[in-house]
Amino acid sequence: MNISEMLSYGFMQRALIGGSLIAILCSVLGVFLVLRRLSLIGDGLAHVTFGSVALALFFRLHSFYMTLAIIPVVLVSAMGVLKIAQKARIYGDAAIGIVSAFGIATGVMLASIAGGFNVDLFSYLFGNILSISSSELVIAAVLFVIVITGVAIFYNELFASTFDEELARSSGINTERINQVLVLLTALTVVLAMKVVGIMLISALLILPAVSALQIAKGFKAAIVWAAGIGVSSVVVGISLSFVLNLPTGATIVMFNFAIFLIAFSTRALLLRRLP
Amino acid sequence: MSEAVLTIKHLCAGYNGSEALKDVSFSVKPGDYLGICGPNGSGKSTLVKVVLGLLAPKAGEVSLFGTPQPDFAQWRRIGYLPQGLQFFNPDFPATVDEVVRLGRLSGKRFPRRFNREDAQAVDRTMEWMGISHIKGCMIGELSGGLRQRVLLARALVNDPALLVLDEPTTALDPETRESFYKLIFEMNRERKATVLLITHDTATIGKYASHLLYLDKKVIFYGDFDDFCKSREMTGFFGEHGQHLVCHRH
Repeated sequence: MNISEMLSYGFMQRALIGGSLIAILCSVLGVFLVLRRLSLIGDGLAHVTFGSVALALFFRLHSFYMTLAIIPVVLVSAMGVLKIAQKARIYGDAAIGIVSAFGIATGVMLASIAGGFNVDLFSYLFGNILSISSSELVIAAVLFVIVITGVAIFYNELFASTFDEELARSSGINTERINQVLVLLTALTVVLAMKVVGIMLISALLILPAVSALQIAKGFKAAIVWAAGIGVSSVVVGISLSFVLNLPTGATIVMFNFAIFLIAFSTRALLLRRLP
Repeated sequence: MSEAVLTIKHLCAGYNGSEALKDVSFSVKPGDYLGICGPNGSGKSTLVKVVLGLLAPKAGEVSLFGTPQPDFAQWRRIGYLPQGLQFFNPDFPATVDEVVRLGRLSGKRFPRRFNREDAQAVDRTMEWMGISHIKGCMIGELSGGLRQRVLLARALVNDPALLVLDEPTTALDPETRESFYKLIFEMNRERKATVLLITHDTATIGKYASHLLYLDKKVIFYGDFDDFCKSREMTGFFGEHGQHLVCHRH
C-alpha cells in the first residue's frame, strides 16, 4: 500500500493530525516533568482517567461527551495529588501512588457494578487513535491551543522552577502556582493522550521523547524542540507502520519511541567516549 | 542617613518545632560588607532563607530596603547565590546564557518576557565575569568553579543593591576561592553593593568584610571588624588565638 492511498482515508488523516498535536503536548510537558522528577505523574493521572472513563461509561457517555466529562474529574485529581503531597507531608511519588490506586479501584468497581464494559474499556486501556472522530479532533485541537498557550505564557517561570526551585523562589516566582499550572496542563494532556496510546502507555509518550531529547539537546529550548520533533515523528511513523503491518497502534508508537531512545542513548555514549 | 538595606528585629525562626534562630536583631547599612560566621547548625542559612522569603519567621520582623519582608517585591534589587544548586542534575539541558538570563526574571511581572535590554545585561555580565566564551556551553559540563561563576553572574545580572551569598566557595579550590572573594569585594567597593556573605572561612573573611555577625542561634557578636578585634568579651569567647585568626589583622 502506498502513502497516498493511506492518506486518502479520512480516519488516517484525523489520526495523523490528532496524534501529532497530542504528541507535541506530551513531549513538551514531558521535558519539564522528567527534569522535575515528576515523570510518573502522567501514569498516576492516567489511572485516574481510567476511573473517570469507567464512571463515564457507567452513565453511558461515549467518545466526545466522555472526553468532556472526564476532563474536570482528572483536573480535580491532579490538584489532589499536589494537595496530598503538600498537606499530608508525604512525597510526591507516594501521593501519585495513592491517587493512582484510587483511580484504578474506582474503575474496576464501577465496571463490576455495571456488569463489565469489556470492549469499550479495552480500547481506552490501549488506545485507538484510528477511531478518533471529527468532534474528538476538535477537542484535541482546542486543548492543544490551551496547553501550548499555557506553556508559552509560563515558559520562563517553568524553566526557572525546573532549573532550581529555591533560586526561582528567591526571584519572586510563585513556584507553588507554577507547579499547579504544570500539573493541570499535564492532566489535560493525559486525557487526550489516552486516545492515542491508551491509559497503560501514556507515561511512555510523556517520558520517552523527553529523555531521548535530553540525550542530544544542547540547551533548554533545544531540548523542547527536539522532544516535540521526536514525539511527532514517533506518532506519524507508528500510526503508518501499524496500519501497513496491521499492528496495534499505541504499542507500535511506544516501540518506535523506544528505538529512538536507544539510538539517541548510544549516539551520546559513543560521542562521549570519543571526547578526550 | 540613608535607609538600612536590611533590618532584623527580634527574629525567631526554625523548622518543624526546632528553633534555629532566637531573638536575632541587627541592621545592615548600604555599602556594608557583612561576613556571617558561626558553627554548623548555628542558623546562618536559616537567616538567609528568612531574608529571601524562602522561610517564614516564627516571630520578629524583617525589613528589606525599608519594606517589611512579606510586602517586599523588588526582587531585582537582590542577587542570591546559594552554596550550590538544590538538586543539581549534571545532565540538565541549560546553556550558560540561559542560566544567566534567568536572573533577569526577578524584575519582571506577568507575563515574564525577555527583551533586548535583558540580552544586553546578560552579555555585559558574562563579559565582566569572564564567561562570554562559554555562553553556549551546557551548565553540567563545567567545572565546579566555573559553574559557581555562572551562578554568580546570574545573581549579578540585575546589578543588585544587595548581594546574598551562602557559602559560595565551599566547593572551590583555594585559587578559585581567592578570585571569587576578589570579585565580590569589587562588587562591594566599586559598585557599592551591600554584601551578606555566609562563610566557614573565618580566616579569610576578615580580609574583605567590613562587619561581622557571629551567630550561634543567637547573636554572639555583631559590629565592625575593628570592634571585634578589640573586644575583650570576644577574646574570652574565642580565645586570643581564635580572635586573632578571625580578625586577620596579623
